Amino acid sequence: MPPEDIPAYSRRLFLQQGVTLASIASTVPWFVQRSAAGVMHPLESGVSSLAGVPEDRVLVVVQLGGGNDGLNTVVPYFSDAYRRARPSISIGAPGSPNGGAGAALQLDEGAGLGLHPQLGGLKSLHDEGLLGVIQGAGYPNPNRSHFTSMDIWHTARRDAKGNGWLGRYFDNACQGTPDNESAISIGREAPLAMLGDVQKPVSFESEDLFRWLGEDLHESMGEPYAEINRMGMPEDLEPGTQASFLMRTALDAQLSSDRIREAVGRRPLVDYPGNNPLARQLRMVGAMIRSGMRTRVYYVTLGGFDTHANQLGSHGNRMRQFGEAMKLFQDDLRAQGNQSRVLTMVFSEFGRRVAQNASGGTDHGTAAPMFLVGPMVRPGVLGQHPSLEDLDSGDLRHTVDFRSIYAAILEDWMRSPSLDVLGANFPKASILRPEALK
Amino acid sequence: MPDKTLRALSDRDFDFWAAHHLLSRAGFGGTPDQVRAIAQLGLDDAVDFVVDYESLPQPEAEAGFQSDIMRPATPEEQASYRRARESGDEAVLEAFRRRRQQRQQADRQQIREMRKWWLERMIETPRPFEEKMTLFWHGHFATGYRAIEDSWHMYRQNEFLRANATGNFADLLFGIIRDPAMLRYLNNNQNRRASPNENLARELMELFALGEGNDYGENDIKEGARALTGYTYVDDDFVFNERQHDGGSKTILGRTGDFDGDDFVRILLSRRVCSEFLALKLYRFFVNDAPDVPTREQAPFLKALAGRIRSEKYDLKPVMKALFRSRHFHDPANRCAVVKSPLQLCVQTIRTLRTPVRDLTTLSAASGLMGQNPFEPPSVKGWDGGRSWINTSTLFVRQNLAVYLLTGRRPDIYDWQLDSTRFDPGHLLAHLEPDARGRVAPEEALPYLCRFLLGTEPHPSRLESLRAFTDRHGGRIDGDRLTGVLCLITSMPEYQLC
Repeated sequence: MPPEDIPAYSRRLFLQQGVTLASIASTVPWFVQRSAAGVMHPLESGVSSLAGVPEDRVLVVVQLGGGNDGLNTVVPYFSDAYRRARPSISIGAPGSPNGGAGAALQLDEGAGLGLHPQLGGLKSLHDEGLLGVIQGAGYPNPNRSHFTSMDIWHTARRDAKGNGWLGRYFDNACQGTPDNESAISIGREAPLAMLGDVQKPVSFESEDLFRWLGEDLHESMGEPYAEINRMGMPEDLEPGTQASFLMRTALDAQLSSDRIREAVGRRPLVDYPGNNPLARQLRMVGAMIRSGMRTRVYYVTLGGFDTHANQLGSHGNRMRQFGEAMKLFQDDLRAQGNQSRVLTMVFSEFGRRVAQNASGGTDHGTAAPMFLVGPMVRPGVLGQHPSLEDLDSGDLRHTVDFRSIYAAILEDWMRSPSLDVLGANFPKASILRPEALK
Repeated sequence: MPDKTLRALSDRDFDFWAAHHLLSRAGFGGTPDQVRAIAQLGLDDAVDFVVDYESLPQPEAEAGFQSDIMRPATPEEQASYRRARESGDEAVLEAFRRRRQQRQQADRQQIREMRKWWLERMIETPRPFEEKMTLFWHGHFATGYRAIEDSWHMYRQNEFLRANATGNFADLLFGIIRDPAMLRYLNNNQNRRASPNENLARELMELFALGEGNDYGENDIKEGARALTGYTYVDDDFVFNERQHDGGSKTILGRTGDFDGDDFVRILLSRRVCSEFLALKLYRFFVNDAPDVPTREQAPFLKALAGRIRSEKYDLKPVMKALFRSRHFHDPANRCAVVKSPLQLCVQTIRTLRTPVRDLTTLSAASGLMGQNPFEPPSVKGWDGGRSWINTSTLFVRQNLAVYLLTGRRPDIYDWQLDSTRFDPGHLLAHLEPDARGRVAPEEALPYLCRFLLGTEPHPSRLESLRAFTDRHGGRIDGDRLTGVLCLITSMPEYQLC
């Protein structure tokens, strides 16, 4: 059977079959009903790594919170203006004598671009052909408030109003039947990006909190709690009532908690260090992907990029954590056989000003690079580096609107129209390898 | 089947459980003693007591917020900024940027304090109906802090909604088109004669007065926007900018005249759909929140309620009193028919069980995790409410919030230290007969606690589960064992209803 004829995991399929499955006993939780389709279609289990099966694809979003210093992440060592603007914190060309900030790792010799010296992990991904670097991503009339700019990236709207772009994607795709487990964020709060009108993601900071904490009070609490919350809807209760809705959701929550905790509790195929907060989160995501959960989008966050003062040490530390975690995540996915199903996108709400400030740090700026990672990504440096001479009151002018990247992810990776989600036609950037577009 | 009219419940049917229902919906529930006291008043006096709250004292929660964190720049500051821009003086521009960031930071801190302040007010107020109505109007006239970045304006709006919470709907509409937070949120400060901005006019019809697509067209929005031109604000105050107002003739919903914003509001109020829209919003919040489209059983009652709104000329108190006295409101089909909002869940758990309040910062954060951040509704539509509150994630937060209130165990691994204030649940069983050993028997206590917390008879299997738990503890139901029972009852999916 050619791949395109395989009735793969698809929401449309779900919904069609959902109709015929609607008569299944009301005590069956919703997601079991849904995945009953998997009995007929083995790919439903989600562990397939068949190339060219778009419904099987996963998006992982990595948010670098605080405004990552793009110029010290992807280093424009070709530019004298860069060195002049940052006398004590600029990073030298690869192989240059180690100054205070060290020498960059080679990224693109022709373009004169390097990676932060602590980004060894990212450098390996680059060498393996898994890394795409989008230069100069931003949006018109940039806002320098963390809060507003982050909302602009989350809503994909310049006015920062409304719900999130991924939430809208799910709203469009699910046609009014939300499925919590299709979107998971690691963190206390659900990111705005994932909130739709109908779609709300599952979010938890640690799998150990995605459960009832009352059972820790005394060993006698767990059993009655399980009876109460796993009963589903009793047969003598009228279906469709508020109580029956709640009882079924409670059962869903219990099973979801079981699945997630079991998945994350398994020993991973690679060793993730415990003291790297991004690695901790990506380990969880990797475990959930490995377990065949039907989640389409995962969201993780690394904070601490608001480097206003003495940034060399703190930014270098963050870079190391970021590169290391990204590399381990790819190794994990490869060992699982899931690597080609997963696209990872990295962004920050803004870059930082070109010139350093008087405290050896940098203040809020504008455009910055984004990263895309995975075997299906068009590798290398994409787009044009913003000019370091022609500045907009001390800030870079963006060369690509981030919504062009979103459009490409929606259209080419998620295989979903982007117009309804983004509210306007953004020309999609070419970010994937040709074989991913088939 | 629920009554189709506003006919009142007979007084003898106003028992403990009816009073319990009234307190849950018109406020945030009450302790057994409070419910008994309300029941003893009889239906008429009980409803009057709840709705005519003016004679009761104000809550003590002191506001004391700063009004000028986000004040506009003075002319001198503006001039110095202009000069710096012209001369490209980066150092001065940078200083401006920094100051702005600092003020924004301070203001965000203040809006967080306001969230805690309002939460505390809901927990402590002797006038729960006032806060419940204020919360209703906040969802109705939804305005979000993020978009306006001025906590003082949010506070002023909150005070405005509270002051008019049970007044006349017309005054709320007249006031909201003069409210700086709303004017900013819906861009009416940019609504000028030469370049009208339709945002406020549109939402006034779609979300505040008529309902989406009810009775109006795109042209009415355009003309309504013209009526609202020049409605703006300076610093903290409404200003009618005559020069920006379009004084020409407009045709709105079939009427023609040189209307201003107040005329526009009067035209909206004159439409039957306006009363019907308000009736439906009140019904979804106070009576039954499902389904989205009224059922055949609900429709005639909604018609009657809209009729009462019109005959009372939009005076809210007589309408709400009629609603709370109606047989329809008290019908079994409408008990436990509303999903508790996150704030309702939090405040009602505290007020009915009299748990310690614990840490307001944690409670406020939990409310956000459950999807309700006051002063930050998800959009101008407000919170959808009902079943949209519930998903597999928020359900755990809801259950864990109750555990936190009851035991001090915080749902958070990084700040794991326990709040050691002990909760004494004894008062919940104080009126039940103890046996010879001074203990209340589980077969008496468990059905009572379930009914008191759930508002309805529990499913028999619930009692079996609880009974198995108390049996393991020698049939005793006191102290920690009673707290354990309460943790289990609050974990029941049905506890999310009121």
